[in-house]
Amino acid sequence: MTVSAAPRTIRFTLNGSAVEVTVPPYLSLIDVLREHFDLFGARESCGQGLCGCCTVLVNGDAVSSCLYLAVFADDAEIVTVEHLTADGRLDPVQEAFIEAGAFQCGFCTPGFVLMTKQLLDEHPDPSDEQIGHYLSGNLCRCGTYPEIIAAVKLAARKRHAE
Amino acid sequence: MSETPRIPAGQIGRSIPRIEARAKVTGTAEYIHNLRLPGMLWAKICRSTMPHGRIRHIDTSAAAAIPGIQRIVTAADIRTVIAEPYYGPAFHDQPILAEGKVRHVGEPVAAVLAADPRIAEQAAQAIIIDYEPLPAVYDEVEALTSPVFVHDQLKPAGTFADLKHLAGRRDTNIALDFHLRRGDVEKAFAAAEQVFEHTFRTQQTMHTPLEPHVAVADVRDGSATIHSSTQNPSFVRIEIARLLGWPENRVRVKTAFLGGGFGAKVYVKVEALAVALSMLAGRPVKIALTMEEQFFTISRHASTFRIKSAVDKDGRITARHSEVFYNGGAYADIGPRVAQKSGFTAAGPYDIDNVAIDSFEIYTNRPPAGAFRGFGMPQLVWAYECHADLIARGLGIGPLEFRRKNLLRDGRPHATGTIMRDAATAAVLDRLAQRIGWGQPFNRGNGTLQRGRGIAFGLKAAISPTTSVANVAIAADGSCTVYCGTVDMGQGSTTAMAQIAAETLGLDAEAVRVVAPDTDVTPYDMGTLGSRSTFHMGHAVRLAAEDAKAKLAALAGETGVPPGTNLPIAELFRRKYGMQAGTVIGSGSYLPSYVSPNHATGQTPNATPFWMVGGSAAEIEIETETGQIRVVRLVTVAYGGTPVNPRIVETQWTGAAIQHLGMTLFENMEFTDGQLRNPNFAEYKIPGIRDLPEQLTGEIVDAVQQSGPYGAKGVGETGTFAVAPAIANAIHDAVGVRLMDLPITPEAVYRALRAAAGDPLPEE
Repeated sequence: MTVSAAPRTIRFTLNGSAVEVTVPPYLSLIDVLREHFDLFGARESCGQGLCGCCTVLVNGDAVSSCLYLAVFADDAEIVTVEHLTADGRLDPVQEAFIEAGAFQCGFCTPGFVLMTKQLLDEHPDPSDEQIGHYLSGNLCRCGTYPEIIAAVKLAARKRHAE
Repeated sequence: MSETPRIPAGQIGRSIPRIEARAKVTGTAEYIHNLRLPGMLWAKICRSTMPHGRIRHIDTSAAAAIPGIQRIVTAADIRTVIAEPYYGPAFHDQPILAEGKVRHVGEPVAAVLAADPRIAEQAAQAIIIDYEPLPAVYDEVEALTSPVFVHDQLKPAGTFADLKHLAGRRDTNIALDFHLRRGDVEKAFAAAEQVFEHTFRTQQTMHTPLEPHVAVADVRDGSATIHSSTQNPSFVRIEIARLLGWPENRVRVKTAFLGGGFGAKVYVKVEALAVALSMLAGRPVKIALTMEEQFFTISRHASTFRIKSAVDKDGRITARHSEVFYNGGAYADIGPRVAQKSGFTAAGPYDIDNVAIDSFEIYTNRPPAGAFRGFGMPQLVWAYECHADLIARGLGIGPLEFRRKNLLRDGRPHATGTIMRDAATAAVLDRLAQRIGWGQPFNRGNGTLQRGRGIAFGLKAAISPTTSVANVAIAADGSCTVYCGTVDMGQGSTTAMAQIAAETLGLDAEAVRVVAPDTDVTPYDMGTLGSRSTFHMGHAVRLAAEDAKAKLAALAGETGVPPGTNLPIAELFRRKYGMQAGTVIGSGSYLPSYVSPNHATGQTPNATPFWMVGGSAAEIEIETETGQIRVVRLVTVAYGGTPVNPRIVETQWTGAAIQHLGMTLFENMEFTDGQLRNPNFAEYKIPGIRDLPEQLTGEIVDAVQQSGPYGAKGVGETGTFAVAPAIANAIHDAVGVRLMDLPITPEAVYRALRAAAGDPLPEE
């Protein structure tokens, strides 16, 4: 089998809109989001899928977009942190992160927000164990974890109240 | 010190969310990481694979054949645009690209420019460098007497007057030696009831800011603009201007929010190379390091600390000799400053009449070491607080009682001779003891699970002398803008400076705008480092706001407004200019007093503008069959002055302790023959959400910094001081073994347990 380096055209839904882009097969999803769509909320940091800064949702699942080849996004539904405020209002998870003071430098924050969203979609009343399990793939070098845990719990309460 | 009344409720002490909070949760906050300029090229770096070697030949032919390459650059090319391409804050020892020789693995040797970063990367990997290997030296103690010299000659930068005497020294790996002598140490040791002597070591670690170092340089028409993730815009401007031989006003350095810094981004890092490449290419050039590359760029010093104390029959320390050897790696960076300034306090927070301190910055063939949250303090406190517990045990005195007995209190002379003021050492120790419940019974575990408690604390002298300058502008509608060079890297300075300006001017902090540092706009600041900004820039912003306020009062007088009239500011401008026009600008500049220490004795009546005191108490559990360590409780207490924004201060404070758990328990740059084996998160683990202690408490003791702006000062580093020795002391309490080296891995604990049982494991 030969592997073609020829660019491929892919079509997917990005933050609710149908998009089409032609990319070489080696390009990662994060590079496509940044270079073709000017979306900067996902950031490449460790480049190994271990820090969570590049988290985006693919068909509702949080993935590390630095390791996710863009061509795999063909036909998929991609959501980035930018979509959470599409209606101009903050998502309850984002409100909770502000109210709990759950970030310092903020570089990792969009990744934590998206992973928290997936956690709460699947476990509306997460246990400490579930919070640890879902967020263990997101790193915060500033060490804001106690406030992040508080923010997740606050976000759960906010979502119930809505 | 608690006699001073607290500042009345106002803008100081308000826990408002960070001013940029919405931008950070929505992902729109500006980082240089995101920046692209029209026509921009990407640079990728080809790095040395040799720890020490002569460059025989650089073969770029395969790289040059890759389609899409704009240019391949080596040291010879750099010399065509920068005559003397060596930089550094303390020594001009670091080449922009290696010239003739490489001195550590990962040193930049060549750079490739291309419009597509992936093509540049591919080409950088295709460059073949032929080296003549040279013998290398990696250990800081070995380097003292090694025949291998990392540099032929020392080249002090002249930035710091007290390093000038080092110029021209040859055949040495000692970049700097700092000495302090107080009292008669030899006599006191001779008269001692008991003498305790130990050697402690710490490992090399990396800051790993999640936004790796990044700079975009755009040099054109005789001026240079550098967008950088720097903590030091003013220094970068001055250093780039020096390299180019240009006046400062033709070099512009801009920053945005930083995705973490922790000291990794002080002084020049990738900026000089970016500038040279932009000059060569005639286009903007971006250098964005990968996480892996950061490990070869800057780190925390590994260290060896030999400490020896004399104790009298009452358990008082009568003399101490501290010998500290900092492994600075191949380039000095700010390491000489670390060795010198941390040298001031290398005898610890104790009242000792006879002190000798010898602190050394040593070149080796490792990646460079520089500033990292604490500026040498975590290395020092690790040693002197483990040592303190060993003395207490040797004397049969409780660790807390021993510390209280020897505590350096306000009014007493420090080892530098400076009389202690506003240090709150007793308050920090008392609160630590209270919060951990020292002396009270607790569950000590049983069987293979054993629990213990430990306590430790440290003292730092804030570095001096340093200057901050700020401007505060009042627009014609009365709105306020602060212009200051303090970089917000997560510590919340944007919010703190807004609160200080608002407090002075009687505004709401949320209404104040703080512009991002831009040396064309924001005045000089020494740097966002050493926990200095709240104190120094806080004062400068306060003074600037007071100046603006005085000018507004003058404007009121000039326009015939009677004193005491509650006229809106906008109305003053309308009266003066007949319309919404004009600006009032207040300026403030702050430089605390300081007396440089005597070169031979290290003595000075004024060592620091403020002292930083921080301690930790830990309760841990050891699984004796595996050496696994569980941190059950971690209490960290700081003397942090009046918190400008209590919530942000607490978050920064506990965050520092969590970060330091990494250095304590697992972070370690591992080398084999100078080759770094683990420059990535898969193999270099930093603390994650699962690594938190079961209970984590942070507390700022209630004590005002009299000399601070509104009683405030910085606490960014203080939480890192004492986590490691508190945990080691708790392990000793739990299972009776003493760890002398960091990190404290389960394997290290298990080996110590086996050794203590007389059944040591074989070395690997």
